[in-house]
Amino acid sequence: MNGPFYENGWIGEEASLLIALIIGLAFGFFLERAGLGSARKLAAQFYGRDLTVFKMMFTAIITAMIGVYWLSWFGLLNLELVYLTPTYVMPQIIGGLVFGIGFIVGGYCPGTSCVASATGSIDGIVNVIGLLLGILLFGELYPYLETFYNSTPLGQTTMVEYFDLPAGLMVFILVMVALGGFWLSEKLEALNASNEGE
Amino acid sequence: MTKGSLKQPQPYWNPYLCGIGLGLVLLTTFVVMGRGIGASGAMTSVVSVGVNAVSETHASANAFYAGYLGDGTVSPLKDWLVFEVLGVLIGGFLSGIFAHRTKLKVEKGKSISRNGRFLFSFVGGIIMAFGTKLARGCTSGQALTGGALMNVGSWLFMISLFAGAYGMAWFVRRLWI
Repeated sequence: MNGPFYENGWIGEEASLLIALIIGLAFGFFLERAGLGSARKLAAQFYGRDLTVFKMMFTAIITAMIGVYWLSWFGLLNLELVYLTPTYVMPQIIGGLVFGIGFIVGGYCPGTSCVASATGSIDGIVNVIGLLLGILLFGELYPYLETFYNSTPLGQTTMVEYFDLPAGLMVFILVMVALGGFWLSEKLEALNASNEGE
Repeated sequence: MTKGSLKQPQPYWNPYLCGIGLGLVLLTTFVVMGRGIGASGAMTSVVSVGVNAVSETHASANAFYAGYLGDGTVSPLKDWLVFEVLGVLIGGFLSGIFAHRTKLKVEKGKSISRNGRFLFSFVGGIIMAFGTKLARGCTSGQALTGGALMNVGSWLFMISLFAGAYGMAWFVRRLWI
């Protein structure tokens, strides 16, 4: 049994939608369990008081990254068949900056705004309405934004290809960066907690 | 069991443990589906269907909506991400119920009014929509999914996202602290 199962034609369309529901359910469950349905907890990341966002996000990234590396190394997952969003340098840098500003102003990202709405946060529902309206505005302005949207393309490319490093070394570097980040996060939280205690 | 212990919200789980759980969910998605998770894409499907309902000619003339509407043989809402986000809503709701956290509330800092919070939450959503659409994904579809696949554009997006939020945080500190 080699992955991806769906791309290999072993799962039908109807079954894939049931899988989507189950995957989403687990995704929403873990986000809520960690407290990421709370705008105050999400915002606290950017005031150095509670770095749950960083810790959870990067633990998830390196867990999946290590899994992908080993499964592909043992020939159990064909990475050629796993979809990679193409890179467009400037739209993704500017998009990231704009997204970050919207995140701290609104208090949620799209996934966590859904979790907040599902757990009864009225401000979360308002955020989802804002997102839907924003997407409509983007769609209406798309003819004017299209040139920038498609600028500076690099195609589907990973850091392994871009830096021309062995995949194992790239994974190791990113895991070390994440572990360093976790250590710093714990230090920063402890420091801010002791400052507030004074 | 006393009445008080029924209503008391339970503590959140350890963020590293939740991260491992989420990472395994993401890994399962790669292995089973050959794709990652997402959130904003489902919202775009909903918006595109809405635009199409109002004016089919307007929607089909716009490459952005047309990309989400497909060729018309299947409903654009019968989509993997739309079902995944329905799952997110159910999963979040159930987790909140089990931990006694699902109840009507407004999440805000102590220095801002409820209406002020609604205004900023709304405006933040609009700004974020432009960011996520320009970048071709959000924290789920780009940062988590592409992050784990070591996608160049996803890491650029993620670093810029943190830079944007940290850079803006001081200006909007009254909203939160």
